[in-house]
Amino acid sequence: MKRTFLGEFEEIVLLVVAGCTEEAYGVTIWERVQEHTGRSISLSAVHATLYRLEEKGFLTSEMGGATAERGGRRKRFFTITNYGNRALQEINEIRQQLWRAIPADKLQPKLSFS
Amino acid sequence: MENRPQPSPPRWIDRLLTAIIAPHFLEDILGDLHEVYARQIKSGPARQARLRYLLAAARYVRPYFMKRKPGSYSPTYIFSPAMIKNYLKISLRTLAKQKAYSFINITGLALGMAVAMLIGLWIYDELSFDRSFQNFNRIAQVWQHQTFNGQVGTQTSLPFPIGDEIRRNYGADFKHVVMASWNNKHILAAGDKKFNKAGSFFEPDAPDMLSLRMISGTRAGLKDPYSILLSESLAKAYFGDADALDRTIKVDNKLNVKVTGVYEDLPHNTSFRDVSFMLPWQLMVIANPWLKTMDDPWRPNAYMTYVQLIDHADIDQATARIKDIKKRNINKEQLKYKPDVFLNPMRDWYLHSEFKEGHRVGGRIEFVWLFGTIGLFVLLLACINFMNLSTARSEKRAKEVGIRKAVGSVRNQLITQFFTESFLVVGFSFALSIALVVLFLPFFNEVADKKIAMPWAEPVFWLAGIGFSAITAIIAGSYPALYLSSFQPVKVLKGTFRAGRFAAVPRKVLVVVQFAVSIILIIGTAVVFRQIQFAKNRPVGYTRDGLITIFTSTEDIHKHFEAVRHDLKANGAIAEMAESGSPTTETWSSTSGFEWKGKDPEQSVDFWFDEVSYEYGKTVGWQFTQGRDFSREFATDSVALVVNETAVKFMGLQNPVDEPMTWFKKPYKIIGVIKDIVVNSPYAPHRPQFFCLSAGQGNVINIRLNPTSGSAASVAKIKETFEKYDPGSPFEYEFVDERYAQKFLDEVRIGKLTTFFSVLAILISCLGLFGVASFIAEQRTKEIGVRKVLGATVLSVWGLLSRDFVLLVGIAFLIATPGAYYFLNGWLQKYDYHTTISWWIFALTGLGTLTITLLTVSFQAIKAATTNPIRSLRSE
Repeated sequence: MKRTFLGEFEEIVLLVVAGCTEEAYGVTIWERVQEHTGRSISLSAVHATLYRLEEKGFLTSEMGGATAERGGRRKRFFTITNYGNRALQEINEIRQQLWRAIPADKLQPKLSFS
Repeated sequence: MENRPQPSPPRWIDRLLTAIIAPHFLEDILGDLHEVYARQIKSGPARQARLRYLLAAARYVRPYFMKRKPGSYSPTYIFSPAMIKNYLKISLRTLAKQKAYSFINITGLALGMAVAMLIGLWIYDELSFDRSFQNFNRIAQVWQHQTFNGQVGTQTSLPFPIGDEIRRNYGADFKHVVMASWNNKHILAAGDKKFNKAGSFFEPDAPDMLSLRMISGTRAGLKDPYSILLSESLAKAYFGDADALDRTIKVDNKLNVKVTGVYEDLPHNTSFRDVSFMLPWQLMVIANPWLKTMDDPWRPNAYMTYVQLIDHADIDQATARIKDIKKRNINKEQLKYKPDVFLNPMRDWYLHSEFKEGHRVGGRIEFVWLFGTIGLFVLLLACINFMNLSTARSEKRAKEVGIRKAVGSVRNQLITQFFTESFLVVGFSFALSIALVVLFLPFFNEVADKKIAMPWAEPVFWLAGIGFSAITAIIAGSYPALYLSSFQPVKVLKGTFRAGRFAAVPRKVLVVVQFAVSIILIIGTAVVFRQIQFAKNRPVGYTRDGLITIFTSTEDIHKHFEAVRHDLKANGAIAEMAESGSPTTETWSSTSGFEWKGKDPEQSVDFWFDEVSYEYGKTVGWQFTQGRDFSREFATDSVALVVNETAVKFMGLQNPVDEPMTWFKKPYKIIGVIKDIVVNSPYAPHRPQFFCLSAGQGNVINIRLNPTSGSAASVAKIKETFEKYDPGSPFEYEFVDERYAQKFLDEVRIGKLTTFFSVLAILISCLGLFGVASFIAEQRTKEIGVRKVLGATVLSVWGLLSRDFVLLVGIAFLIATPGAYYFLNGWLQKYDYHTTISWWIFALTGLGTLTITLLTVSFQAIKAATTNPIRSLRSE
């Protein structure tokens, strides 16, 4: 099956956008990604990933919601597309299959006393 | 509502970001950045917030954010493959459409490039002379300045003991000190093979110093006094492919030596290229025992000395140390010659070894400059042509530019189009010029006495060639590319466009420059040949025709001299024969020991001097002005002298005949005065010359052939007789007139080369003129048509078109003559015996150039003048 490849970081960003209840734009997504992963990430990395995901068709965006602290500049609100949704689900399914294939004993922490 | 100013991040960062980030990203990114900043400024110090802002902003400097979104119109392609194909196709069509023009343009430029390449290769070869020696930077030759007759002369010959003296007392500066003989011919015999070959005697360090590449044997081969080192080619000549090592060779029919090594031939562009074998110095000393028992070994200067400096020695300091080496060793009375010894470094041997009054004044480097200048000029001519023709032709294409623009061409496409054409023509020219160089190189090598090969594998060559081509293409293409492409299509197409009044001025200037250079070259060539002819016509003071010279290295003929002479005279082969120390065309020795009445005892003199046998005067054809020749009838002639007129003048004698003189304190007497003989340089003034009878063997046998029988038959008879009396020597002879002609080789060579280049320069200029003339005739087609309709004659139209060019050539002539006169006069002044530059050379050159110009222009002018006016007027 042909599918656009999703990188690890792209997947996280896509998941974050999908999981947003309110309108998602650069700053909120950036904060959430950091919050969820516990990693320090630059804003530019998040921007680049968002645009790339939009180019690939996983996200769409529209402008709006200018505020004073933004100097009157509008935000770009991202929403996930159907294509994006399906991609996330497929990834999840593959993951689940792989998880199920792991024998139970292998997941137990190994103890050794030698 | 807004009551307090929003704290805003540094403006300059925003400005930079605005410039860097693509517009379609800019708004939300900048907004997000500001929002983050606003939060940080609330929670922390402003400085920290600003720093973070800067760091965050810096992360946006990456291609992804910088790349602009393509516009919604389809982009204009300038370098897409389709366009490139189109540029080439159009260029080729343009070239093919104007065949004559393309031919002129490509050939002209190719000729110029080929000349520049040949000259470049020649200069490279000259400058790399001797550089193939590994110790190039450390080798030097010992020279000396001496003062004679009030002038400082500079020479390479030094006394026999100087090598040992340098080693003993000055050795700290030198790694090797090598004494060497002059490179002379010797008979080498091995088995039945016998040749007369040139080689030298060297001290044993020579192979090391010259970093000889040994094919067999070792560089230590000269340590044994009875050994010989052969060059590869000589070893092949004697032993074929067999091993030459340890074979025996007989030198000059008396000395047996063993081959102890074979070395790779020295390259053609080295000072030692004519050394085809090396003999040990020790062998020369053994063969000439008198060398060890000389009364005053520091007096005669006859040997050469080479040194290799130690690695960090400074040559100037070493020179300063050995400067007085001769003064410390010679007799007191010779101090008046003021011998200053100095080291001449190898890098100066070939190009910078001309001295005047004890100072270096140049040398062959002048030719390097001369030809370098000529090469540059010819190239310049070719480039001027190319630019002239390109710009002239391109004006015709104004309409094309208009139409192209009207149908949507953008300026960059036009620029690329014109540059493509220019690059294509230059590319063709470059390829053609390489072909021409390959074609001409053998001929050029022969004329210039070089062995230059095409430097195919040399990156510098390609870099220079391609770099130059690119520059020419850019310069020549820039006018149409940048100027024509700026035309407004409306103006061009409506016909209101007009090239400015001064558009033709640069072209005219270029034509003038071109012809000025050509005229200088023509005059130069004429003067060089006049000078050669002038020197050739100089009275030589003897009869060259029918005189042959045989160099002897064995004594067999000398022992039977009278028998040989009698035999040859009896069978009618010769009129007379005699021995002498030097060949007639040269003088190999000079002496300083003469005293005469009224001579200032402090005066240092140096007279050319030769020992000859009876009948020498009759053999060569001396022309006596006073007195008589040596004669067997006077026993006292063993102390008699024959002198030349210059000697008489120099000594200030009123009645030279019977004038007593002394030579190293021995009494002598002048018996005859002869007309001056041209020896050594045919351009130098005559110098005092003395002859006396020889007690021993001469180096040379001079033979006057019997004028009544054919020279080929006579020479055959001489060969037979010589081989009978001297079976060990190969019979080799030279005609004196040929040997004399060799004195002019260098000048003839320069003459030939300048002729070659001048012809090319003229050809290139004419090609250019032809092109420009055809362009102008075409431009004025309508005007000529109207004139003809109104009654103009062919002649008046011809005059109309030719007048401009004649004027330009006239101006060029006025510019060129003073320049040519200045340079050539300077060149002639270097020769003591030189021709004058007469006005008629200038007149003739001017007339010639004018004729060529008219011929070139007339072809176009008459074609234009005879065209039916209806055809030219109907054309629109």
